[in-house]
Amino acid sequence: MTSKRADVLVDADWAQEHLEDANVVFVEVDEDVSAYDGGHIAGAVKLDWKSELQDAVIRDFVSKEDFESLLSAKGIGNDDTVVLYGGNNNWFAAYAYWYFKVYGHADVRLLDGGRKKWELDGRELSTDAVSRDATTYTAQEQDTSIRAFRDEALASIDTLNLVDVRSPDEFSGKLLAPAHLPQEQSQRGGHIPSAINVPWSKAANDDGTFKSDDELRTLYADAGLDDGRDTIAYCRIGERSSHTWFVLRELLGHENVKNYDGSWTEYGSLVGVPIAKGA
Amino acid sequence: MCGAPPQGRSLEGVDLARETVIQGHVLRAGNPVPSAYIRLLDDNGEFTAEVQSSADGYFRFFAAPGTWTLRALSPGGGGERTLSADRGVNEAELQLS
Repeated sequence: MTSKRADVLVDADWAQEHLEDANVVFVEVDEDVSAYDGGHIAGAVKLDWKSELQDAVIRDFVSKEDFESLLSAKGIGNDDTVVLYGGNNNWFAAYAYWYFKVYGHADVRLLDGGRKKWELDGRELSTDAVSRDATTYTAQEQDTSIRAFRDEALASIDTLNLVDVRSPDEFSGKLLAPAHLPQEQSQRGGHIPSAINVPWSKAANDDGTFKSDDELRTLYADAGLDDGRDTIAYCRIGERSSHTWFVLRELLGHENVKNYDGSWTEYGSLVGVPIAKGA
Repeated sequence: MCGAPPQGRSLEGVDLARETVIQGHVLRAGNPVPSAYIRLLDDNGEFTAEVQSSADGYFRFFAAPGTWTLRALSPGGGGERTLSADRGVNEAELQLS
């Protein structure tokens, strides 16, 4: 397992130096989709994780063809280096990173610390409109070696590493959603039996940047992650677990790591499946 | 489905018989602090959620009854306080250094 950090993560200084590069496209993805309009990194395009990355009818990704149209319209080419960043400690930027990888984009990177680090550094944000020339983007078939579905999550109990990355209170069943959202939810509280709880936040520093490889290796080893087993990460809807998927697969180089984007809103609503409560 | 609600005063549509709302202003020397990062930590000090204060320094969390810590991070300096919350609205001002 060798770190791929330099290939997948850029810091704010790197970003600042490459703002004008023709083949580097900065893409902002936020949970709060109005954040971009209040100011964004100069030249960055906006991607709406909800209206643009989710099918409008069924709960799933947009189709390969729709993803191709989307990226073409955004002016993102197959050979471009895509640098994703966003608010909320890069949750949704990490989700988009994973999503771009599912559809086979070659060179995707995350901006370490995202909007938060950029703002805390006092770096400039722009409100200028951004337009890029359209491209003809070609996506790959979905790479399901990094995407888990509900049957795999169920079958992984006591067999694979299941990493629940939600907060301890969500893991135990005390809360049903991260605490910036109303708690009224239809699904049951708790976690998938045999899952270990390693909150995504333990992989990040206060400023939203990722901890060092050594710190991260120690974090998961101490939590009981078995290096000899494949891993499925999940949270509530798959965005925080994308953050952990990024750490395990892209930073630490674990080979078989899947993100279960159905996550707790799906699993916790299934009829008859086992649920564990408490810490 | 998961969009953070705009940080504001309206609690329309929120079931206050079920929700434990923790909300208030972030202030520095009496003035509201916009765009501060506010963290909610549980009674073991574990990260539970984070929001950014609004243009007029407002923040809001949906927690559960119990003891919570609020910790703020902003370019000018931080602040922290602990509070005990019950169901309904819990107002909590957070003073930054």
